[in-house]
Amino acid sequence: MTTLTPILSQNWDRPDSFTIDGYRATGGYDALRRSLTMDPDSIVDLVKQSGLRGRGGAGFPTGMKWGFLPKDNPNPRYLVVNADESEPGTCKDIPLMLANPHVLVEGVAIASYAIKSRQAFIYVRGEVVHVVRRLRQAVSEAYEAGLLGKNILGSGFDLDVVVHAGAGAYICGEETALLDSLEGYRGQPRLKPPFPAVAGLYASPTVVNNVESIASVPGIVANGAEWFTSMGTEKSAGFGFFSLSGHVTNPGQYEAPLGITLRELLDMAGGIRAGHELKFWTPGGSSTPIFTDEHLDTPLDFESVGAAGSMLGTRALQIFDETTCVVRAVGRWIAFYAHESCGKCTPCREGNFWMVQVLDRLERGEGTEADIDKLLQICDNLLGRSFCALGDGATSPVMSSIKYFRQEYIDHFEKGGCPFDHSRSTVWADRPTTTEEGGNR
Amino acid sequence: MNEHHEDGTAETEENVFTDEVVTRLAQDAKEVISRYPKPRSALLPLLHLVQAEEGHVSKAGMQFCADQLDITLAEVKAVATFYTMYRRRPGGDYQVGVCTNTLCAVMGGDEIFSALKEHLDLANGETTEDGKVTLEHVECNAACDFAPVVMVNWEFFDNQTPATATRMVDDLRLGKDVAPTRGPQSLCTWKQASRVLAGFEDGRAGEGVQAAAPSLAGLELARRRGWQAPDPNNLPTPTDQGEEGAK
Repeated sequence: MTTLTPILSQNWDRPDSFTIDGYRATGGYDALRRSLTMDPDSIVDLVKQSGLRGRGGAGFPTGMKWGFLPKDNPNPRYLVVNADESEPGTCKDIPLMLANPHVLVEGVAIASYAIKSRQAFIYVRGEVVHVVRRLRQAVSEAYEAGLLGKNILGSGFDLDVVVHAGAGAYICGEETALLDSLEGYRGQPRLKPPFPAVAGLYASPTVVNNVESIASVPGIVANGAEWFTSMGTEKSAGFGFFSLSGHVTNPGQYEAPLGITLRELLDMAGGIRAGHELKFWTPGGSSTPIFTDEHLDTPLDFESVGAAGSMLGTRALQIFDETTCVVRAVGRWIAFYAHESCGKCTPCREGNFWMVQVLDRLERGEGTEADIDKLLQICDNLLGRSFCALGDGATSPVMSSIKYFRQEYIDHFEKGGCPFDHSRSTVWADRPTTTEEGGNR
Repeated sequence: MNEHHEDGTAETEENVFTDEVVTRLAQDAKEVISRYPKPRSALLPLLHLVQAEEGHVSKAGMQFCADQLDITLAEVKAVATFYTMYRRRPGGDYQVGVCTNTLCAVMGGDEIFSALKEHLDLANGETTEDGKVTLEHVECNAACDFAPVVMVNWEFFDNQTPATATRMVDDLRLGKDVAPTRGPQSLCTWKQASRVLAGFEDGRAGEGVQAAAPSLAGLELARRRGWQAPDPNNLPTPTDQGEEGAK
């Protein structure tokens, strides 16, 4: 049996967890102190040895990304933290930054030292004002304590950190769109190569890492690569947040070794809400193909989820029970992709627009069997033909839902309408009705 | 969420950007610009700054940004119209955004949004006549374990129902204190929130909880069952990997 491993969340039950005192009381900033006595390249090697893979969804090895920075480029190097958490279902970085912003700040300082950057940015989505406050306070506390700024802890290492609030655009979670946005432009993805390591922010060598990836670094420095690889699987080392949402008894954040299964997690979370059963779920946000109860025992690591036809993504486990209409769920996700498509490439901009029209018609019961094939055709023109992963991601819920629930699409037009009573899916559907909280049943 | 907006820019009747305001804001702008290696990076914060002054981003506000950065109005407009957080016409003191992305919608977000539309007699993007509340639906705000979620001025109102959300907007319109579930002790206005996003502190980072129940679900379970991360000084052997966390 796999058990939980609270690491980044280990101090979250302290009311002062977000303050520098609260963080230091649980060993915070010891890893930075240690790092500054190490050779920067040896920290890059340590992170490579740990096998840490990007926690923002793609799973690219973090240490390798750091190692890609060209040694002979005279331009300044930048570290940019991607804190633009917006993938539907993904809700790990926001509570992390709210409760424990200092672990991110410490990770930023260590990573910057390792890659020889003197300027770092935390690009946080703008729609979370209190998280912006907490991050800024953490950064300013760290400056006051001599943990950021000039000559950090007497080491001679200088680092400035800017917390930059975005302005509402899912696409800015794509790393090159994020860089354009941080430069003050529309957030549209860039053609790669060159990759950010070679020509990133201001065309300088840049590392872009997810919040949870950077926040995992202090633990690796403090406890060693072997400690990290003692958790998880051979190719998916370490731990991560598994964020359970939807029709589960106790939704929330469960920090566990990679390779844990949904069955184990559901057991910890009190199971599917009482009286209901699992219908479908996303392993890692809406851009990862849905799974069903067939996949309860699939180890949630990069390889196993990939082999089962989906992607680990951000470990955003959105759980839906049998009351949920899959056509409605997918239609709403595609409306999101259509809204968030940056408009740069035709397959994504047009493909998502037309998928919304087709899905709406199907959900209303006005579709035909040809519409299902049309959706698959549009997906075929999106997947692998879009400029960035947003377009690819949009095909995931469509193709996977047709694969597992084709009959449900057919039921809609055969019955001339949605066969589901949507009110049964709500949180309050099974609660005794009271005048105070009963909702509008 | 901006589909209701006209392509053009709404103009207020009076120009908020008087010489006095421009002089004051130029000081703020200078501070923002100084944070970045290249001035143009300050454009998003500057747009938040003019929104903090006027409540939305007008042509005058965009011109102010253009002047500070020595770029054209067209360049600013191209950016301002790309990002959904910049209002292109005046709105209420409180922007109430109901998440209707799939998970929240299924969990009751659709019912909450319908209830508020009916209760306030507003369509998506409209503002109450008293200028207090602008209602809209929003995309996923990274609080899915608290579904259904409503954001007010981009502060979290977790685990909402039609009844709680309706009462909340009534309280906002009556001027009563309303507190987010995870956020400061009381809501600030739209303009005040925009100023925080522009990069100016309001001294409220210490208010509110560090974490709420779902964020602590795993941690509390681990505490109850005695589960911990591996001890670096006593690492498990490869054969019992994954089981050693239990003590």
